[in-house]
Amino acid sequence: MHYTRPTALQDVATHYCAGCGHGVAHRLIAEVVDELGIRERTLAVAPVGCAVLAYDYWNFDVTEAAHGRAPAVATGMRRCNPDKVVFTYQGDGDLAAIGAGEIVNAANRGELISVFFINNATYGMTGGQMAPTTMLHQRTTTSPRGRETRAEGWPMKVVEMLAQLDGTAYAVRCALDTPKNIRAARAAIKKAFEVQLAGQGLAIVELLSACPVGWGMKPVEAIKAMAGTMTAQFPLGVVKQREK
Amino acid sequence: MARRMPEEGRVFVQSESELAAISMVMGAALTGARAMTTSSSPGVSLMQEGISYLCGCELPAVIANVVRGGPGLGNIMAAQSDYFQAVKGGGHGDYRLLVLAPASVQEMYDFAYLAFDAAFAYRNPVMILSDGLIGQMMEPVAFRAPQHLRIAGVNYDASSWALTGAMGRPPRSIKSLLLGDGVLEAHNRTLQEKYQRMSAQVRYEALQTEDAEHIFVAYGICARICQGALARLRGEGLRVGLLRPITLWPFPSAWLRAHAAQLRHIMAVELSCGQMVEDVRLAVGDTTRVAFHGRCGGGVMTVDELCAEARRVFTQEH
Amino acid sequence: MAHVLIDPQRCKGCHLCIQVCPKKILQPSAQLNERGLYPCETSDADACIGCLQCVLVCPDVAITVTDDDARATKQGTI
Repeated sequence: MHYTRPTALQDVATHYCAGCGHGVAHRLIAEVVDELGIRERTLAVAPVGCAVLAYDYWNFDVTEAAHGRAPAVATGMRRCNPDKVVFTYQGDGDLAAIGAGEIVNAANRGELISVFFINNATYGMTGGQMAPTTMLHQRTTTSPRGRETRAEGWPMKVVEMLAQLDGTAYAVRCALDTPKNIRAARAAIKKAFEVQLAGQGLAIVELLSACPVGWGMKPVEAIKAMAGTMTAQFPLGVVKQREK
Repeated sequence: MARRMPEEGRVFVQSESELAAISMVMGAALTGARAMTTSSSPGVSLMQEGISYLCGCELPAVIANVVRGGPGLGNIMAAQSDYFQAVKGGGHGDYRLLVLAPASVQEMYDFAYLAFDAAFAYRNPVMILSDGLIGQMMEPVAFRAPQHLRIAGVNYDASSWALTGAMGRPPRSIKSLLLGDGVLEAHNRTLQEKYQRMSAQVRYEALQTEDAEHIFVAYGICARICQGALARLRGEGLRVGLLRPITLWPFPSAWLRAHAAQLRHIMAVELSCGQMVEDVRLAVGDTTRVAFHGRCGGGVMTVDELCAEARRVFTQEH
Repeated sequence: MAHVLIDPQRCKGCHLCIQVCPKKILQPSAQLNERGLYPCETSDADACIGCLQCVLVCPDVAITVTDDDARATKQGTI
């Protein structure tokens, strides 16, 4: 029952703001990498965004990609190295906006990569602009009156969209808010690696995550707000699980 | 490639876009693989993002651009109007590509060896800049490694730097994001020192220049048209030669500087509105008059046209 | 018996752990840490039941929970 830091996570403090979900997501991935014993053959692609510095936090090989291109970089890595375990870690601006083409086509090709998609409904690093996943009526610096469908469209439901593609083997949405949901997220992350190891196709885990500073809330308020509004617009659970 | 690479146990991927293609090349290169991609002008414009990253991350890769007419969608005829983009850096940041300009189908083949040699020797992307005429030409080709062109002693073993998994060693990261105070400036200085070393790879062909009073400077398909003009103009008594840059960067500026005083005229000949001619003028300064003859938008000069222009320019007194 | 330990230098004071502790033994510290933040601290470290709820929600891996057996060797480990 005791808990200590995973080996796959370097023993350093992160630069993330207090209450940011990136820290939890980094830790869960590191725990699963340790549990599966794949640390020494894992190659990760960090995004553009707050988590670009993930290569300073994980204790395995990590590279960067141009904004949105992580699935293409991961394709090159994985195709040339079928013995390695490759994952991308991407935010909503990275994956759903500038990189929408790359993730859709990587999924459609059934690339054997795991994709960890942090959805905090905003561009955190650049100061809280509207993302494709910004919720209806959510105020951001570029939707100051709240997101309206007439002008800004609807929140993009990424896992539901990717689940439509035959190459996607596993698509699930989790939330990094309550202990129960975080346990479920850990199980989903593990499954996403197992799907890759079994050669089944692309696996994507969407992780609803708090950005307290971007949302203009205290961390505790931000976490509480997730259960009310965020999971209502982004329902949790497995959207797709293809067994072969 | 699609047929052959899997037969060789290698990897071929048809990407969804040139943005993705260059990023896939980056992913492969990150793990130490020999990776390349090809496109024609508008696609290569999309690749500029990834090329900048490859340079920033110091990754080896080969990009072939078979240039077509621009700007915009332009047309699908031969052009050399991507010279600036290839040689001066089409992406963001201070960087250089080694740029090779083949003038025959044989060189298209041979330069692939040289390009990978240079890419791994300097851990830098290399561009093969061709044009729609050379790219679609049918010629006999000898499929053998061009030992006379290759760079000796290139280490293709990437295990000391590539991302291979942190087995028995500390984790590695390959990145171009350098936020620390002064770190990016130091990185740029290191890159510039490397580009200085790369300038030793300058290659060119000088034809009938020993006694020449006038020379053409031309690469790729234009160098071949110039060769046709050369034979005719020599027959008419004009002492004409040809400098054919094989590397567009590094550019054979030193050769031009060394020979400028003996030359009465230099004429840059390009399928563009005048791009390489700027490097020729930079090389010789005011020493020699530099004329330009170019066609653009898919137009290609004939030998007749070039000879007429050469007679007019080369007989002018200063 | 379990034992919970919060590294005051790693803790950024988000207080998420306080919300989930069923034994209510976590609280904001009155002491600033080196970053100038008020970290969380334990009011009764040995009242911990080892449920790991705080560990799960902590974004900064600032919390170590040990059981009695591990404590002899792991004490102070972060």
